[in-house]
Amino acid sequence: MGKSERSAAVARPAPRTLPKARTGIEGLDQITHGGLPQGRPTLVCGGPGCGKTLLAMEFLIRGAMQFGEPGVFMAFEETGEELAQNVRSLGFDLDQLVAQKKIALDYVRVEPAEIEENGEYDLEGLFLRLGYAIDSVGAKRVVLDTIEALFGGFTNEAVLRAELRRLFRWLKDRGVTAVITGERGDESYTRQGLEEYVSDCVILLDHRVNDQISTRRLRIVKYRGTTHGTSEYPFLIDEQGISVMPVTALHLDHAVTDERVSSGIPRLDAMLGGEGYYRGSSVLVSGTAGTGKTSLAASFAHATAKRGERCLYLAFEESPKQLVRNMSTIGLALEPLIAKGLLRMHASRPTFHGLEMHLVQMHKMIVQFEPAAVVIDPISNFSASGSTSDASLMLLRLIDFLKSRKITAFLTHLTSGGKAMEATDIGISSIIDTWLLVRDIELGGERNRGLYVLKSRGMKHSNQIREFVITPEGIELLDVYVGPEGVLTGSMRAAQEAREQAAALALQEELAAKQREVERLQATLETQRRNRAETALRRGGEAARAKGKKPA
Amino acid sequence: MTSTERWDLRLYTAGQSPKSLAALSNLKRICDEHLAGRYSIEVIDLMKNPRLAKDDEIVAIPTLVRKLPAPLRKVIGDLSNEERALVGLQLRPHK
Repeated sequence: MGKSERSAAVARPAPRTLPKARTGIEGLDQITHGGLPQGRPTLVCGGPGCGKTLLAMEFLIRGAMQFGEPGVFMAFEETGEELAQNVRSLGFDLDQLVAQKKIALDYVRVEPAEIEENGEYDLEGLFLRLGYAIDSVGAKRVVLDTIEALFGGFTNEAVLRAELRRLFRWLKDRGVTAVITGERGDESYTRQGLEEYVSDCVILLDHRVNDQISTRRLRIVKYRGTTHGTSEYPFLIDEQGISVMPVTALHLDHAVTDERVSSGIPRLDAMLGGEGYYRGSSVLVSGTAGTGKTSLAASFAHATAKRGERCLYLAFEESPKQLVRNMSTIGLALEPLIAKGLLRMHASRPTFHGLEMHLVQMHKMIVQFEPAAVVIDPISNFSASGSTSDASLMLLRLIDFLKSRKITAFLTHLTSGGKAMEATDIGISSIIDTWLLVRDIELGGERNRGLYVLKSRGMKHSNQIREFVITPEGIELLDVYVGPEGVLTGSMRAAQEAREQAAALALQEELAAKQREVERLQATLETQRRNRAETALRRGGEAARAKGKKPA
Repeated sequence: MTSTERWDLRLYTAGQSPKSLAALSNLKRICDEHLAGRYSIEVIDLMKNPRLAKDDEIVAIPTLVRKLPAPLRKVIGDLSNEERALVGLQLRPHK
């Protein structure tokens, strides 16, 4: 028994990474490859209002609720009452957790005005309090928020620094996973410049405003003994707490499928090898204003939801209500699909958030809704809330993310007039699998729409330009007239068709007339033939009679 | 401040640490000298009763709390500087 156990232990490779305590915070566990260092202190630092306290609190609450690890929250700035109020807006009932002995709250008030210093002291009182709180709930997690408030209460910095060092050591010895929050200093990550050295993991939070648009970012500055993502990751604070977008390396190893999904327009499906788009591919429709991009997008969304698959429609120009109304005029009833929960629309202005925030928000919605298809209408405005390269990078990340989940992406792009049609100013054309182009065709005093497939990877596709007509019953694609008269669309095509029809009719009539002529001739011939035969018979009889007479 | 006023003092310590012991002996000396017969000292060992640290928001050890006369005053440290201790307890006005 013992022998076999030992051999099993030898066969199994020793775990290389540190034991980690999951935070339960969306995305953070991915970036840290599993969570915060278990049984060790982590420093979360940043300026005011960057979300330190919330991150620490969420770590503690999720630990207590999801991972069965009770926790202690030692606050130096806010009272228990205030903290409970703050997290109630995020749907956490702190009071109940305290009542259930899953979390212990201890508000430590340090009032410098009341305190006189005289001679030697240490912070043993704090240690004893913390120890008592840990024991009272059997805590595995501890939060100290924020360390600066403690420093503010005492003047003897030498003692404080020594005690801070001792505190980190003490937390390690107690084996609790600790989060200590700290204000960001001018030159170092913290005011004292000490905490970051004694912590095993340092997370820096940042709240930046660029061009009046704010973005929160998170970066892991250090993490002893393990690998971690080193980029700055945007994060979002909303009704569900913190979510971090783990936008790491761009992978190009998504699984692919041969499955096809309809575009919602039979004739367009026919142009795409007869079956439509590939599931999980990226589709781009680009064109100038008013060429029907949104109608194409809505047709696709409608078809997706009609099949019983979920579709997320992210509108960046129109409100959902306006879209529903407008699409109802071209025969697309979106309302019932929204009511069934198959279609979800979300509208926001591109300039409302920074790009990263949009990305995080979309990411979050996609993870929650798990759609089969996502429509983004349009992508062109994103460059307004960031530089063009930022926008293209964001879309690249988004498309990669969608592909990794086999979600079909349908993007529309407004081409500004005067630029090359075959270029997007966001520069994402290379990552698009199927690219449809809608363009104006001005001819004969009319403006008509033409559609063609610019590219479609991995399928046989039509090289024809189709006239794109929006009717009250939906979108129709018609053959454009190509002939000796050139390419004709709109009423010129109709006129040409009418002319051809008239010509055909005339030909038919001529044929019918000829037919009648032939029939008449045939009838005449028949009569003549019959007359001839009768004459012959008559003559034959007379001859016989004459013969009979002669011999007689 | 009348000379008949009662002084109610509380000293928070952590076990028998040198600082705690120094604070207690320093405090006794000061009180005997300036408040003879009208003071009481309650020593609270937080090692034994960590729960009690909450009441007076104790973080540092040793901490001396003047409960009476009001207002509440706190002096942290081993009270090795008698002059400052007297000022801190408002037994002597700031100079």
